[in-house]
Amino acid sequence: MKKTWHIKGLLATFILLLTAPPVSAEKSSVSPGKELNVKEFILEHLADSYEWHIVDFGKKDITVPLPIILHSKTSGWHLFSSTRFHHGETAYKGFYISTKGKYKGKIVEADVTGNETRPLDLSLTKNAASLLLASLLLIVIIMGVARSLKRNPLESKKGFTGIMEMFIMSIHDEIIKPSVGDDYKQYAPFLLTVFFFIFINNLLGLIPLFPGGANVTGNIAVTMVLAVATFLVVNLSGSKAYYRDILWPDVPTWLKVPVPLMPLIEIVGTLTKPFALMVRLFANIMAGHSIVLGLTILIFITVSLGSAINASMTVISVIFTVFIDFVELLIAYIQAYVFTLLSAVFIGQARMSSHGSKRVAQETKPLFIKDK
Amino acid sequence: MSLLSPEPGLLFWMMLSFGIVLFVLAKYGFPIILKMVDTRHNYIEESLQSARKAQEELARVKETGEALLANTRKEQAIILKETARKNNILIEQAREEARLEAEKIIVAARDQIHAEKEEAIRSIRNEVSRLSVDLAERILREKLITNEDQMGMIDRLLDEIEISKS
Repeated sequence: MKKTWHIKGLLATFILLLTAPPVSAEKSSVSPGKELNVKEFILEHLADSYEWHIVDFGKKDITVPLPIILHSKTSGWHLFSSTRFHHGETAYKGFYISTKGKYKGKIVEADVTGNETRPLDLSLTKNAASLLLASLLLIVIIMGVARSLKRNPLESKKGFTGIMEMFIMSIHDEIIKPSVGDDYKQYAPFLLTVFFFIFINNLLGLIPLFPGGANVTGNIAVTMVLAVATFLVVNLSGSKAYYRDILWPDVPTWLKVPVPLMPLIEIVGTLTKPFALMVRLFANIMAGHSIVLGLTILIFITVSLGSAINASMTVISVIFTVFIDFVELLIAYIQAYVFTLLSAVFIGQARMSSHGSKRVAQETKPLFIKDK
Repeated sequence: MSLLSPEPGLLFWMMLSFGIVLFVLAKYGFPIILKMVDTRHNYIEESLQSARKAQEELARVKETGEALLANTRKEQAIILKETARKNNILIEQAREEARLEAEKIIVAARDQIHAEKEEAIRSIRNEVSRLSVDLAERILREKLITNEDQMGMIDRLLDEIEISKS
């Protein structure tokens, strides 16, 4: 009995820690004006940044400096630390972080007429650094599992390797195998990589402390690359029947001859599939982060309404944030799952040997092999 | 809105990191894991199959052994019976032979005894007749010194012979 209380206490501490950092991070953005702009606050935290803010101790900011890499048309390549900007307050070598206009929050330089122009910005931002970190972590984990399995393949694994093996095989057997169809083996490595890449980035995004906390998979650039990868794999592995269905579908001829209406729709269809993948992942993860930020900010909005309301709102905020964090944990898995599942289904459709469902393709397996 | 427009910088980093991850994991990571899991799966399948086969083999061997044993036992019984029978016959034969031999010996002994007895009787008879002749001679010599005695005797004897002849 005592032990369970102990564990519960630990859990509560952990949950408080989970929810705490956004609170402390919020202070700095609120202190100058005393007015809290909720929309600004949330958007600022969802967006990328040039430095990795960890925590404030009184007036002292603790941040991880990140490299800024720029290529200006006028002055060429530049590489310097993000601390040169002093949190966006000073300019360096003519570059500064814009505070207004369409380039707000980005590094700009002023040209001769005083207009702000953006140099080619390859800076290792917070999201990029988080991406590299997650990639490294993922490679280390998966290669570790692979090495451990390779060393002694006939022994069933225990501990972390065993769990990872079960996890990998569940994705492989339950998503990839039934969705892709016959030659799933060719696509399994790609789909597994996509799944674990999204999943580890989702999870790291949920940890508010330093190595995590970046809104990586809630950034459209990240999901765009993933969607483009899926688009390439799907369309490069398309069978003859798949392309025939796109370019010369089974519809009345007048729908495709003078004006190629149906082929056009089909081509747009091939583009909307990965587009939907891109937007779905981005929107889900971004929305999750927004909700957590919104709930946390309730505490600071209600400060001016008296201590009783503030205290009760704090309790509600913490409870809801904990709840949403659990939901986010689920979503981290579900979104990786959905992205992989749909990619697998699209590949399966593209591999279809004839007009019909995948099941038909599976039933005519011997024929299918002969076709190749 | 800046959230919806992809940053070229982040695009570059994402392409780089995802490309590296994809290259490394899709070439050296997941295929090895899948292959190893497959290997183990096959190994377990094979082990199960061979175990089942071995069990079947064992059962068959056991069955054959039992059959062999039963057969041997049956044969043993037959052989034993046969031996006993032969034994009996041999004993029987030996006994018969012995009996015959014994009989033969007995017969021979009997014959010999008979012959010896005959011989003995004959010799006794001879002896007796010789003795009686001797005795008779001596007696006669004593009694028939005179001629009358001799003639009386001869007459008497002749009478007697005539009587026994008639």
